[in-house]
Amino acid sequence: MNALRRNVLKGAAGAGTVAVAVAAGLLKPTQALAAAPRSAFEAKSVGDVLKNMGTAAPADSKDISIKAPDIAENGAVVPVEVTSGIAGTSMIAIIAEKNATPLVADFNLSGGAQGFVSTRIKMGQTSLIRAVVTAGGKSYTAAKEVKVTIGGCGG
Amino acid sequence: MKQQIITKLLTGIAGLGIALGAVTVQASPESDRQEFIKYYKEKYPDIKLEDYVYGALAFDADSKAQYDAIMEFPPFEADIEKGRKMWETPFKNGKTYASCLPNGGKQIAGNYPMFDEAKGKVVTLQDAINDCRTANGEEAFKVSDMKTMGVLTAYMRTLSDGMLMNIKVEGPKATAAYEDGKKTFFSRKGQLNFACASCHVQNAGNRLRSELISPAVGHAVHWPVFRGGDNLVTLQNRYEGCFKQVRAVPPAQGGTIMNNLEYFHSALSNGMPMKASVFRK
Amino acid sequence: MAEPMRIRATMAGDVADVKVLMNHPMETGLRKDAKTGQLVPAHYITEVNASVNGAKVLQAGMSGGVSKNPYLGFKVKGAKKGDTVVVSWVDNKGDKNSAEAAIG
Repeated sequence: MNALRRNVLKGAAGAGTVAVAVAAGLLKPTQALAAAPRSAFEAKSVGDVLKNMGTAAPADSKDISIKAPDIAENGAVVPVEVTSGIAGTSMIAIIAEKNATPLVADFNLSGGAQGFVSTRIKMGQTSLIRAVVTAGGKSYTAAKEVKVTIGGCGG
Repeated sequence: MKQQIITKLLTGIAGLGIALGAVTVQASPESDRQEFIKYYKEKYPDIKLEDYVYGALAFDADSKAQYDAIMEFPPFEADIEKGRKMWETPFKNGKTYASCLPNGGKQIAGNYPMFDEAKGKVVTLQDAINDCRTANGEEAFKVSDMKTMGVLTAYMRTLSDGMLMNIKVEGPKATAAYEDGKKTFFSRKGQLNFACASCHVQNAGNRLRSELISPAVGHAVHWPVFRGGDNLVTLQNRYEGCFKQVRAVPPAQGGTIMNNLEYFHSALSNGMPMKASVFRK
Repeated sequence: MAEPMRIRATMAGDVADVKVLMNHPMETGLRKDAKTGQLVPAHYITEVNASVNGAKVLQAGMSGGVSKNPYLGFKVKGAKKGDTVVVSWVDNKGDKNSAEAAIG
């Protein structure tokens, strides 16, 4: 919740309305988009990542759930699972906000692929993990904080 | 002398019956194990004994969920595969590990370390593998070499998954080796003046700074581990890390001190299922 | 050159659950070699494509921020048992790898 509250990327209002419109078939979900340009992967700030992905002002959404640890066992391998309940989800991107290059991966979904991806990411330090979802030409976002500690006994 | 040491070292490990047991009569490994379990159970009644194989993960659902997510498709599968190739590659004389180890090398890891009466010392699984190599005209691997012995056992131990740890301590010599391992476990050492027991008995389930400490029971069944999903660490390799962390000079891997420690430490996990190789932080 | 990729695909109801493990160092280019002190050159997968029976279901872009030996899980509705899943990747040096599996 704190993570969400601290979300600085306040997007357009009415996200729910859009989701409903998509669900009702009023808006056609866009077909698979091309992967984000490499410039988005090279961007050094979250703002630049979003601009380069063409999702500059994503709306906060409660329909995106991020399954990630509260405290990472090891910052080199942090399991992250994103599920989007937004109808017509065509893209899910994962951003580790404080990584040197925050955009970790984007997943463009088509042909029956569900609004779900699971992967493992590197995190240099404690930071928000942000998911950005595109559906029906709109973008949505949610975030969760993951703490990264140094050391480990590994017993 | 020995009594003195143990009495001195164990002061402060109040409530652990084994401390008293060790100085009065020589407790049997089984009663030692029961004492450890009783101690942990009283401290952590909600943690199931079978979950002790997960170590510190048993105390923290968030950590365990990450373990489960990673173990679903472990990133170190390619290393296990390398170990399988090593295991299956015949020696120059055409024989294989399977042909010289008991039961083809399957479901045997839980019997090690074992006390070899003929040799008069503790033999670890690594030693048995090296005996197998030298008997077939191959050079022994360095037990601390992760690229050879580490990778080989990362696969070989999977052949014993599910086997229950079954360390036998029979006869005076075996008992002496076991007691020697116990002494190492309870002896304070290093600049920090910690014993193995300081962390893994007294502080099991507590945090040392950010680190949640695992209990000693269940420790020995899941090696080697891949730390961070990548860095292969065997049990004695981990012991070496523990010695260094308390700022002590580690004894040699594969030497008597380490082997006897592994003997004692493994017996504490008797009856628990073997599982190789696993993820740890 | 590249080591094999592993794919597990199973049906869960009417959804195929696909799990992929790629073998790749995923060097960010920002890490220093502990011995030499030199930066380890960037070497990571930049793109992953997946299809079911020839129809594209996923196209992913990646940075070096994905963990070594990348894991990828996704779900495909409408796939059937026996369908072929093909997954391929390309890295920043132009290396490629591809693997396929039948949905079980």
